[in-house]
Amino acid sequence: METKVVLDTDKWIDNYADYLYNYTIVRVNDSDLAKDIVQDTFFAGLKSAKNFEGKSSERTWLVSILKRKIIDYYRKTNSKKGQAEVRMNFYSDGDNEGDWIEERVPKTWENEAEKSIENKELNQQLASCIAALPEKYRLVFTMKTIQDFDTEEVCNELEISASNMWVLIHRARTQLRKCMEDNWFNS
Amino acid sequence: MFKNLKITCDEATTICDKNQYGEATFYEKLTLNIHFIKCKVCFLYTKQNNTLSKILKYQAKDCKGKLFTLQNEEKEILKKKLKQTDI
Repeated sequence: METKVVLDTDKWIDNYADYLYNYTIVRVNDSDLAKDIVQDTFFAGLKSAKNFEGKSSERTWLVSILKRKIIDYYRKTNSKKGQAEVRMNFYSDGDNEGDWIEERVPKTWENEAEKSIENKELNQQLASCIAALPEKYRLVFTMKTIQDFDTEEVCNELEISASNMWVLIHRARTQLRKCMEDNWFNS
Repeated sequence: MFKNLKITCDEATTICDKNQYGEATFYEKLTLNIHFIKCKVCFLYTKQNNTLSKILKYQAKDCKGKLFTLQNEEKEILKKKLKQTDI
């Protein structure tokens, strides 16, 4: 027997928009982008509504569409060629492969101890350093560090391997360290 | 076998980053500590990384309780847009 699914899009938005938006923003960290992705999800949901079999709840179904959208977005940023802003910290070949590149070597931080972690400006500076990270590093880094996701979760959602994830985190953290050194600790 | 214990600075800092989340293995931590003996730079990196982790943890705590919602006007716009494509 076929049951006709009656869609009430007004209700969709009232019931799920906030949930989907919240779900997206913790993953992409950009409110405009999150809104776009949520909107796309609703459109895609509407388009494929006839495929909805009612096996799962409407919300779960929409979240599964949303997840695909986030992965698509991640793939897109991942394949972007414009990565001039990515500065390497280690020599990638030659005799000293894997050694620190001289100007990227950590310097001693001045007055490190007297800066409290609750210092507002310090936290603001850190946030802007995170915002300045290349998109794909930032996404993985914030999911893992700020949102406190398990490694497995991050890897599943973004469809990357664990070692790939650690490389991205490593690059994010070395850049973040340098950024904080230049703009806060030794400025 | 000692050759296997030798790692580059790139590898050492990767292990250090992993360790910030408590996910480095015992063997990795061992190689990292051996690396510290000859490399003061990575030792310094680790120290600074720990400081960053402390600040980040504070931010994470601050951010977790936050709930992001859409504005009502934004929802209304979205409703209209969806209606237009309604079949």
